[in-house]
Amino acid sequence: MANLKAMTGNEAAANALRQVNPDVAAVYPITPQTELMHEFAKFVANGQVDTEVILVESEHSAMSACVGSAAAGARTVTATSANGLALMWEIVYIAASSRLPIVMPEINRALSGPINIHCDHSDTMGCRDSGWIQLFSESAQEAYDNVLQAFRIAEHKDVLLPCMATLDGFILSHTVEPVELLPEETVKEFVGEYAAHRSLLNVDNPWTFGPLDLQNYYFEHKRQQVEAMENAVGVIEEVGKEFGELSGRNYSFFEPHKIEDAELILIALGSTAGTVSVAVDRLREQGVKAGSIKLRVFRPFPGDRIIDAIRNAKAVGVMDRSISFGLGGPVYHEIRSAAYRKIDVPMQNFIYGLGGRDISVPDVCSVVEDLQKTAAGEEPETVYVGVREGAAV
Amino acid sequence: MSKLRGWKELPIGGAIMEPGSSVENNTGSWRTYVPVRDYEKCIHCLRCWIYCPDSAVIVKDGKVVGTDLEHCKGCGICAKECPPKIACIEMKLESEMKPDEPKG
Repeated sequence: MANLKAMTGNEAAANALRQVNPDVAAVYPITPQTELMHEFAKFVANGQVDTEVILVESEHSAMSACVGSAAAGARTVTATSANGLALMWEIVYIAASSRLPIVMPEINRALSGPINIHCDHSDTMGCRDSGWIQLFSESAQEAYDNVLQAFRIAEHKDVLLPCMATLDGFILSHTVEPVELLPEETVKEFVGEYAAHRSLLNVDNPWTFGPLDLQNYYFEHKRQQVEAMENAVGVIEEVGKEFGELSGRNYSFFEPHKIEDAELILIALGSTAGTVSVAVDRLREQGVKAGSIKLRVFRPFPGDRIIDAIRNAKAVGVMDRSISFGLGGPVYHEIRSAAYRKIDVPMQNFIYGLGGRDISVPDVCSVVEDLQKTAAGEEPETVYVGVREGAAV
Repeated sequence: MSKLRGWKELPIGGAIMEPGSSVENNTGSWRTYVPVRDYEKCIHCLRCWIYCPDSAVIVKDGKVVGTDLEHCKGCGICAKECPPKIACIEMKLESEMKPDEPKG
């Protein structure tokens, strides 16, 4: 605990970037991400890194600059939130399909409208199909750890996919927490010297980047992306273990909390996982056999592993901080799909916290009360945690 | 056309690793109009050769000798750039031409 410092989640992520010292950062402000690149820009101004910062005129340009930079062979980063990510959309897909290992801290924030700057996961969930690896963080410490690991995962020769390390807007991005920074040399060794898979600046071996790819080849390139995501599974695990040896903090696809004998299991992403584990501890004191799973990796989705972890539960509650309108919570539907022909455990979807609506320990305890009814055989209904109904007008 | 490669054989990311590979793409199949030259009138100024965006004008020993019909897209730039006093290139609707009519 030699290097324990008080910092916000944004500062923690910015310090991870500082220690990696990427070649290029394309930056554009958006709440609640702004502070992250603001901090990083200070490191640049102070000469603590030699990153080339590109100030762009929009997030669409930020991701476009990242694509150009990464194709040129530079270790490249950016960061964004919500509508900024939405504006990047077109190029987010191009980054993934061009197999450019860009690293992007993504500060989870509700997508407008109505306009809202607070935390939910609708922005990140929106690009779950884009081909990016997606990591979620529970704390500022995990944000720091995930950003560092994102480089190793993205840049692995069998993966070569961009990676977003997400942290919850304001709840983590603007909250000061104790964070242990690894020694500078340790980080340098962990991420290693960057050797790009290809570089457009290699004039001895010219190649064409981003050519037209029509009916005869596009599909084959999509199949390669599937393979890369599958390869990422092993790499995420390997990198998580190696990081654990360095830091004492082990990472895998998810972190179970008291699930061994749990009858009721809650699954949540991001900062809420901490609230859920506190609620689980309180319920345990009252004799309720509750447990929880903090899901860290959403893409690639670790369906089989989750199913193995929940197979003995009487009911599983999945907490979603976003909605796919016309369907329900994305995490819930992924887990229910993973359960197909494997387990027959009742599951219930709890949509919560949209637009930054607070989720408290008593809220989570009420979720478990609902889940007890499902475990007892009641038909589970989607619950919108804390939403006021009122009389119809 | 070479054999279509499978996903395990392809460079990732849609990249094309061999320079100059656009010659493999038969863009001549896109053509609607085709240039037809009157070689008696042609003064071999090579303007068509300079302006052709597909390098489809075939020149030998400083003289225009034909058109690479596998790559000529029929854009008509050659006919436009041919000096007006010469105007030796006519763009003809290829679908209405007889099979033995000369092209290029």
